[in-house]
Amino acid sequence: MKAHLTRRYHFSASHRLHSAEMSPAENVATYGKCNNPHGHGHNYTLEVTVSGPVDPSTGMVCNLVDLDGFVEREVLSRYRLENLNSLQEFAKVVPTTENLSVEIYEILQRGFQKAHLEVVRLEETMMNSFEYAGGAEPRK
Amino acid sequence: MVYLTRKAEFSASHYYHNPDFTPEENLRIFGKCNNPNGHGHNYTLEVTVKGEVDPRSGFVVDLKQLKEVMHREVLDAMDHRFLNKEVPEFFTQIPTTENLAIAVWQRLESKLQKARLHRVRVYETADLFVDFYGEA
Repeated sequence: MKAHLTRRYHFSASHRLHSAEMSPAENVATYGKCNNPHGHGHNYTLEVTVSGPVDPSTGMVCNLVDLDGFVEREVLSRYRLENLNSLQEFAKVVPTTENLSVEIYEILQRGFQKAHLEVVRLEETMMNSFEYAGGAEPRK
Repeated sequence: MVYLTRKAEFSASHYYHNPDFTPEENLRIFGKCNNPNGHGHNYTLEVTVKGEVDPRSGFVVDLKQLKEVMHREVLDAMDHRFLNKEVPEFFTQIPTTENLAIAVWQRLESKLQKARLHRVRVYETADLFVDFYGEA
């Protein structure tokens, strides 16, 4: 039987939304307060959904220890309490939560082998969230 | 097609143990969850059904009936129970959140009238949940 397992994680980071391709006036018009040169922070909540057959011997889609270990090592420890703009992946990419969710999806897609990655959902605040399923439609 | 979700909460205890594994394997795979005295969770169950809106009633499903079925088939059997010892599915299966979602689906599927089951979601904690869509 195939099941979907979702785990939620929490981390805080800062960012500034600013595009080198736009004029200062365009940046302010596009990003508003988020263009403040000193940056600002969020408490992000990350949801990772994986799927697969439930292993009859363990009752699990994948062992949470493996998923938690991978996400801590490859995602949370990379972004927790960092300024996202200072990281290599955001040197030329604006660290919007859209782009961060794509980046986290790619990290999981490349490295996590224990179950099939379905979707990454990232809450920037309680009021907004973003989902990326590698181009597929997220399942409801 | 309209989707309707009904929530319920129940509390239960469980532990993870496979008699085919050695004690060392059980401890390595299941960690603290292998404690035979069990531990508990406050589970949240979300049952989503789908169907066309009945033009006469304006309902996808009679919510009262859905609530009664959920109570009779799931909550009465699982709320304040030790899942391994009191719920028949878990005499042989390990009561993980995955197997719990499947068991809830199987208990509800044939009991619903009109609306079809779309998804069973079981939250073990606010940060861990499993979805089952009835897929083989």
